[in-house]
Amino acid sequence: MSENGILVDYTYCTGCSACEVACKQEYGRKAGAVGGVKVMELMHELPGGKLDITYYPVFTKVCSLCAPRVKKGLKPACVIHCMANVLTYGPAEELASISFKKRKSVLWKGGE
Amino acid sequence: MSEEDVTIVKTTTWSAGPGCHGNCGVLAHVRDGKVIKVEGDPEHPWNQGRVCPRLLAMPQYMYHPDRLQFPQKRVGKRGENKWERISWDEAYDLIEKRMNEIKAEHGPESMVFLQGTGRDIGGWISMLAYAYGSPNWVFGLSGISCYTPRLMVMWLTQGDFCVGDAAQWHTKRYDDPDYKIPESITMWGQNLPASCPDGFFSHWYVDLMKKGSELVVIDPRCTWLASRAKIWLQIRPGTDGALALAYLNVIINEKLYDEGYVQKWTNAHHLVRVDGVKPLLLRESDLRAGGSASNFVVWDQTADAPAVWLSDQQAYDRENVAPAFDDEYDVLLTDGTRVNCKTVWRMFRERVAPYTPEKAEEITWAPARDIAAAARMYAKSKPAILHWGLPIDTIQTTVPTAQAINHLWCLTGNLDNPGGNVIARYPNSVVTYPYNSGGGVMSLSPEMHAKRIGTWKYPALRDFRAWAHPDIMLEQVFSEDPYPVKGMWIQTANPLACTGLDPAKWLAAMEKLDFTVCVDLFMTPTAMMADLVLPAATFLEKDSLKGWWVPLQAIKKVVTVGECKSDIEINMEMARRFNPEFPWKKPQEMFDTILKNADAGMTYQELCDKTWVLPEKGHPSAPYFRYEKGLLREDGKPGFKTPSGKIELFSSWLEKWELDPLPFYEEPPYSPVSTPDLYKEYPLILTTGRRSVASYHSEHRQVPWLREIDPDAILEIHPQTARELDICHGETVWIENQFGKCKRVAAVTPAIHPKVVMAPHGWWMPEQEGSSPHLFGIWDVNINQLIPMDHHGASGLGCLAKSILCKVYKMEGK
Ligand code: SF4
Ligand code: SF4
Ligand code: SF4
Repeated sequence: MSENGILVDYTYCTGCSACEVACKQEYGRKAGAVGGVKVMELMHELPGGKLDITYYPVFTKVCSLCAPRVKKGLKPACVIHCMANVLTYGPAEELASISFKKRKSVLWKGGE
Repeated sequence: MSEEDVTIVKTTTWSAGPGCHGNCGVLAHVRDGKVIKVEGDPEHPWNQGRVCPRLLAMPQYMYHPDRLQFPQKRVGKRGENKWERISWDEAYDLIEKRMNEIKAEHGPESMVFLQGTGRDIGGWISMLAYAYGSPNWVFGLSGISCYTPRLMVMWLTQGDFCVGDAAQWHTKRYDDPDYKIPESITMWGQNLPASCPDGFFSHWYVDLMKKGSELVVIDPRCTWLASRAKIWLQIRPGTDGALALAYLNVIINEKLYDEGYVQKWTNAHHLVRVDGVKPLLLRESDLRAGGSASNFVVWDQTADAPAVWLSDQQAYDRENVAPAFDDEYDVLLTDGTRVNCKTVWRMFRERVAPYTPEKAEEITWAPARDIAAAARMYAKSKPAILHWGLPIDTIQTTVPTAQAINHLWCLTGNLDNPGGNVIARYPNSVVTYPYNSGGGVMSLSPEMHAKRIGTWKYPALRDFRAWAHPDIMLEQVFSEDPYPVKGMWIQTANPLACTGLDPAKWLAAMEKLDFTVCVDLFMTPTAMMADLVLPAATFLEKDSLKGWWVPLQAIKKVVTVGECKSDIEINMEMARRFNPEFPWKKPQEMFDTILKNADAGMTYQELCDKTWVLPEKGHPSAPYFRYEKGLLREDGKPGFKTPSGKIELFSSWLEKWELDPLPFYEEPPYSPVSTPDLYKEYPLILTTGRRSVASYHSEHRQVPWLREIDPDAILEIHPQTARELDICHGETVWIENQFGKCKRVAAVTPAIHPKVVMAPHGWWMPEQEGSSPHLFGIWDVNINQLIPMDHHGASGLGCLAKSILCKVYKMEGK
């Protein structure tokens, strides 16, 4: 079986935090404790003075790529709830080829 | 426990819970009578499975240890936090007794019914007010400054309300063959994604960005969206009106408007007499003895004489009229005088003429070049969405500002067109208000109508919606003039922490009243001051229905938590007690009647089976181009549901209310320009009300998964300003002005303008001491202590929540 992963098209991540709470709810994780994904904000001034704001959902070591859900044939909780539809779950190789065509994306395969 | 024990129920949202006005399809996972998980419904066209963090935190919200679960009666002093648990019957009996005493002693008008933002409450709280006999249904934000101003302006301009078209009327959404992707979206004062609860689904606009829509963002803060926009206009808070007039100026001077559209559908040709102090639309009754005051007059260039526009026939009084568009004439009146009259278009053109982009730059601080470019981009994009937010309501000049912005889509033909601003009507004509103030078995007498607070001062309130005026109501608690206010039923509202500007005044009012009931889900600062607290249900614990705007849908009771009841059940029981003629015993019976009266073709049970329904194409509640098809007016003629049947660029309603019928700009009353001396003492512009993904208004502060996202009551301040004031990120600071002060944690960020600070509203600290005088820390963090009531436009609408002055300083040493 090929390895699966999550592709993040972070051009359109709005920092809405739905992924974070989806993961906390799915696994009953406590507030304050690390969840499967954490959204980071990068705000910086571009040459010319324009501000750029980019959000990056960063998957942590706690993320199991939703193995229990996937086993039941479901997509990961963060993926189905992502409000901007920027998370895609699937075979990592396929995702890598999609990623290759995008300007900005990150592929997460989980594990060590 | 095994998987098989889990039932999944398909339902839809509408507060309480995520707190929003939205319509998300939801799958509730239930085990042993308990909701264990909530997910988005992938089959619902509204959200297609996606949902916000507040929805995903529902289990923590519903089963929160602080959740109110049974009725309680105050046994200590007000605010002492001493309560006795009572049964629902005891609570109902007590309320009935006390409210009947108030009615007997002072009249039913002495009881007011206060709500917060209008989610699943308006129909049911007004039902209770009218069943009891009071006309005083109140929304507590000063100047009714939440959507009411924009709704009123849309109604008086084109007779209907409009919203951005993100294909929400179509089951197949963006793939519907009738839909067009907008070339541009102008986002005027709303921060997606945090503002999803304010209305509609915020991320539709992200969908459209992916499909190629370009963005203009108008916002004093650099939001994510602003950083992604082609043009971002960082305006001074409260100057939106000047910006809108500059847009109109560019569009008119550069002839970017759709002239054919303006000539055909607006009242641009109608003559306005300018001989008096105020310009007035010329009426047939001015021209001819026995002429109607509802008919308007144009100058017919064919006959070189006036012609009459017959409003009820949507036609001129003769054939081949060629009405003058941009001109002025001396018109002979029936009394023999000659008066100078200008066409509406000329009046309008003259009104916007001074607002060049350069002039607007002076006022708004946004560069003239960008203003002109943004106006061009809007006018040249076909189609274009203009989406606006609450900042248009929470300023003193809300009405003329909303009017100027509304005129933008009217001048460019972006009205009821695919991918523009489409007319939003109640789906399948289902209005979820069982009674309006004028109809039904519980209609009030004309004498009682006349007692609705504030209608004597602001005529607009008499004609548009049924609100009593909040600021006059609050004042009346103290003045008892023209009659006393003695009791308050508070439901879905938290004036001490959120809707109430000048919260000390609201507290004093609550202390003075004879009787207060608060219906809520948690012990809020406001509930703490009440005599009786009733526990309300979340959307997963109640049956309801929603039709605002689409789809028409059912909200289904999935579980029960403690003894909580829905607002509908509570109000229905009280309505039955106050009015023996109240026709229904159960909410479902009432819903059936509502659906039947609208000819919706289904019972409530059938609606529940479907969960959601979109109006069929061709129904007056489905787009597009309904004004061409005669689907908007009752007489079935093409045109709009306005007094003239035209889009009224010069408003006959505003004229009737003795307000300026054309849009205008006025400085905020406390600003660098209006009060330069005050500005020396308070050199920063304070703006409030920005949204967070983790909360809506004063809700959600106690939900751990949400609070960790946004833990502190902050003040956003620019790094340069913070440096000058020796303030570090994370440091607690004072914010102060002539009205009051509060403490906030400095959030140093380049996203805000150096001369502006932003303090999010609605903060209280559920984890802190609740009893009075602490009231969960509101005297520390409530920013409304710096914002007074009673500052409206001449309409009675608007407030100062978006623009006032302040200073910020370090805690120690002062
Ligand atoms: S894939 Fe599953 S475990 Fe990983 S972050 Fe998303 S929800 Fe959490
Ligand atoms: S849910 Fe999606 S859009 Fe929202 S923060 Fe997470 S990745 Fe970004
Ligand atoms: S706030 Fe938005 S995403 Fe959340 S439930 Fe309401 S409509 Fe849905």
